[in-house]
Amino acid sequence: MGGEVNAKMLTAQIRKEQRGARESSFVLDVSIEVPSGVTILFGPSGAGKSTLLDCLAGLVRPDAGKIAAGADVLFDSERGIHVPAAKRRIAYVFQSLALFPHLTAEENIAYGLHDLRNGEVQERVAAILQAFRVEKLRKQKPGEISGGECQRIAMARSLVTEPRVLLLDEPLTGLDAELKSAIMDDLRAWNAAKGIPILYVTHSREEVDALGERVIALDNGRVAGAGTPIDVLNAPRRKKLAQAAGFENLLTATVLDLRETDGVMRVRLQESVCEIEVPLGYATAGSRVQVAIRAGDILLATERPHGLSARNVLEGCLASLERRGTIVIARVDCGVTFVVHLTPGAVRALELTAGRPVWLVLKTHSCHLVD
Amino acid sequence: MEALWLSIKLATCVTAILLVVGMPVAYWLAYSTWRGKFLLESVVALPLVLPPTVIGFYVLVAMGPRGPLGKLWIALSGHGLAFTFGGLVLASVLYSFPFAVQPLIASFEGVDRRLVDASAVLGAGGLRTFWKVILPLSLPGVVTAAVLSFAHTLGEFGVVLMVGGNLAGVTRTVSIDIYDRVQSLEYGEANRMALVLLVISFAVLSVVYAVNRRVWTPWAAK
Repeated sequence: MGGEVNAKMLTAQIRKEQRGARESSFVLDVSIEVPSGVTILFGPSGAGKSTLLDCLAGLVRPDAGKIAAGADVLFDSERGIHVPAAKRRIAYVFQSLALFPHLTAEENIAYGLHDLRNGEVQERVAAILQAFRVEKLRKQKPGEISGGECQRIAMARSLVTEPRVLLLDEPLTGLDAELKSAIMDDLRAWNAAKGIPILYVTHSREEVDALGERVIALDNGRVAGAGTPIDVLNAPRRKKLAQAAGFENLLTATVLDLRETDGVMRVRLQESVCEIEVPLGYATAGSRVQVAIRAGDILLATERPHGLSARNVLEGCLASLERRGTIVIARVDCGVTFVVHLTPGAVRALELTAGRPVWLVLKTHSCHLVD
Repeated sequence: MEALWLSIKLATCVTAILLVVGMPVAYWLAYSTWRGKFLLESVVALPLVLPPTVIGFYVLVAMGPRGPLGKLWIALSGHGLAFTFGGLVLASVLYSFPFAVQPLIASFEGVDRRLVDASAVLGAGGLRTFWKVILPLSLPGVVTAAVLSFAHTLGEFGVVLMVGGNLAGVTRTVSIDIYDRVQSLEYGEANRMALVLLVISFAVLSVVYAVNRRVWTPWAAK
């Protein structure tokens, strides 16, 4: 098994400096290993995810480093090797999908097969159209096809060439969860036989949980962690990563007192009068800490709740509601502003409108301390 | 009418040459990352700002029997280049160069870079990407370039006069003919030719604007 994996593994050490228009320059400096199967490349926007994929695909030349697929060296700055993108056999599905607008779905898919016999092209295109359930769209152009189906066609176009690596740059953004997992299931089914390394880029914590495989966390051009989603993302040691990982609420707090016997400490949030109880950390009274809370971990009530085990109940005012896809983002002003994720159904059932008084409930262990 | 046909023949030749020569130049200007690119861009745009007499003058000197181009041409063909149809074509190509190249650059640059990247990732080399992706998506720009080159050549006067002179059936184009008619007070004839030129120019510009308004773009989303 180990040998099989190594034969296909994508390995890369990349250093790439990007000079911005202003003096702010960005340095990508990473070393990654992508075995066969799905690996998630996770990080906030601006972490360097797309630059990394562009380097792997050969669209951008790194300043230094080495890229290899199995034993084949694709880039080596010391030996002066830079295999052009067209010869790397690395498939890449862009965030924008980049389907050719003047070609039909079928022509788009056949685009990468120009050196095959006509009959074989037909066969392969027909097979992949079926595998991704888009046969009926063969003769249509991308402008006439819905978003989710375009995403299927873009994947089919990349995979029909039998690449040795697949790079996916947030290809499923904007799709609902059900459609997303349906497409991912088709992708997994396809890859069951091929077993190529698939690097899937996302900045959404939900997608990481849904895909649930190996994660490489990228932050500010560096690898911040690699391993299982739980290991990498549930211990938010880095502020930006915490934000990206769905800790939408990142608050500075002052420690008021420590209660070692209860395993908790009380903190005051930012400059407000808001006090909450958080797990005991290495801190002394009067010191400053960072508290990270996931928007999805906060309960919202329209009356003051009673008889709860949760220790933190905050009174506030619902400042705004904003629907985004299948979630509603609520902002609640309790002296500090909290972001709370609700379902559209809950918003309807509670008849929530901006301006009404609400109560927030925070479990002590949903409040994570970040250094 | 001889003058009109000559003008159309000249404009057709010039347009064909400009498309063939202009495309690689425009491609290079659109995609090169060379920092000195602006120099070539300036050279390409020169005919827009120079009086036709200046271009005509230098072309004439270069094509003369002592000029480098003239010498070469005489060595190759045995006769001079100045005051011939060939000479006129060459001068017109230079004069209309920006009218072909600039719309091509604009439309090449307008092609989504990710489509070019996608083509490369799918194994296509530069030439295949150009034919299969960049050119089809730049069709409005190509039509604009062709039509503008044609119209601009059709209407030129100064360069033709400097380089071609005024030889009936060889270099007397419609604009020169009109000038001649006015000089000899044949206002009726002059008006007829001028009107033909006016109508052609209007038709040609309508095509350009219609194409750029995407009236006929076949792949536009409905």
